Amino acid sequence: MRLTLEFGGGLELLLKESVKLHQVDVTQKSGEDKVTMRDLLSWVKGNLIKERPEMFIKGDSVRPGVLVLINDCDWELCGNLDAELEEKDMIVFISTLHGG
Amino acid sequence: METIQALEKVKRTTARVCSLCNQRKAALKRPKTLEQICIECFYNVFEDEIHRVIIENNLFKPGERVAIGASGGKDSTVLAYVLSELNRRHNYGLDLFLLSVDEGITGYRDDSLETVKRNELQYGLPLKIVSYKELYGWTMDEIVKAIGLKNNCTFCGVFRRQALDRGAALIQADKIVTGHNADDIAETVLLNILRGDIARLSRCTDITTGENGPIPRCKPFKYAYEKEIEVKTKSLTLSTYAYFKKLDYFSTECIYSPNAYRGFAREFIKDLERIRPSAILDIIRSGENFRISTTTRMPEQGTCQRCGYISSQKLCKACVLLDGLNRGLPKLGIGRKKECTRENSNNQEQIKRNPENKGPSLHSKHGNIEF
Ligand SMILES: [Zn+2]
Ligand SMILES: [Zn+2]
Ligand SMILES: [Zn+2]
Repeated sequence: MRLTLEFGGGLELLLKESVKLHQVDVTQKSGEDKVTMRDLLSWVKGNLIKERPEMFIKGDSVRPGVLVLINDCDWELCGNLDAELEEKDMIVFISTLHGG
Repeated sequence: METIQALEKVKRTTARVCSLCNQRKAALKRPKTLEQICIECFYNVFEDEIHRVIIENNLFKPGERVAIGASGGKDSTVLAYVLSELNRRHNYGLDLFLLSVDEGITGYRDDSLETVKRNELQYGLPLKIVSYKELYGWTMDEIVKAIGLKNNCTFCGVFRRQALDRGAALIQADKIVTGHNADDIAETVLLNILRGDIARLSRCTDITTGENGPIPRCKPFKYAYEKEIEVKTKSLTLSTYAYFKKLDYFSTECIYSPNAYRGFAREFIKDLERIRPSAILDIIRSGENFRISTTTRMPEQGTCQRCGYISSQKLCKACVLLDGLNRGLPKLGIGRKKECTRENSNNQEQIKRNPENKGPSLHSKHGNIEF
């Protein structure tokens, strides 16, 4: 499944490739025909993150203070971890913990 | 096919329409009421709230020269954008400009200063960058050369605290505004309690500080009352606003947060908030309701005889340190080794950020930026 991921607020610094926009191809788990946010988070953790995963993931969700948007909609309105993703969805992760 | 997909997408994410305009699709939860609202209404709610905070608290007078402490980070960028919008929209009559501090650390502040320079053009606000060299006669690099890496944190802590005030004085500002938000203040309340710093605890919930000093500072996002209703702007709201408005900001530090102590408080508060959503506002309220016994002796505030900065001593800490540097005795005035962990130890309440992580080693231990 092709997805566009955007990382901001400093989260991009945790990635192997420290850029904001990532076009990715996320494979479904075998036997599953859908990709949920839960699947995506573990995929990101396994494939994109280079260091300090705890700055991004806490437990099985994102760390508190990370804003998550699915197609520019707060993921809390879309079902959080259970939100089902679709081809060409755009998912944004922004750390809101720092300002200045 | 594309349209069907698009439709499905819309169906999935628009379970509801905006509860304010009843027209557009809801995309966000309103921070206080948790109503589901659209992005346009989110902008309106946010901007109107800041406007009312400004009006109800009489933050500004027409004709004032107002320096926006601009670090290039999210909070000060949103502040600069919103304030210039509101100033136009509601005719505040303010003479706004961006004020940034360049510590003179090679390769350290460059990126965030570049961001501020772009903001100058984007928002049409004049930018003034004041350098340590200009303010103190020394760049941070030169100070490090003179004193070595060991004690430089004392210097950058003290110098940073004063830099905005000194910079604002240099350009004859009437007021300084900074982008501190409710999360910052909750952290500061907690840190001041942990440190037992009663004097600072009693001040840190004020929206305006230093009213008796030469240049008052105010924090429109930080905390205010508006017709008995509290308005506190949280970090999440600012990030959301910055994202949807596509504001150009620099995500500094974040991740490697060099100041472990504040980082710990922040993490702790975020975890609390997950369990109890009102935690941030509760902490601020508890800080505000803290009553100090009238028999407690509070440090007396005066001004530095040399530079006029607020100080409880004859000379302020910066002047003592500068004295040492200029006389070739840089160790002078470095009394406390713990300066770095006591990041807030000056007379004027200021919250520090821990921005750069990519900075040179001299900042790996602390590196606060003072906005
Ligand atoms: Zn609406
Ligand atoms: Zn330092
Ligand atoms: Zn002085």
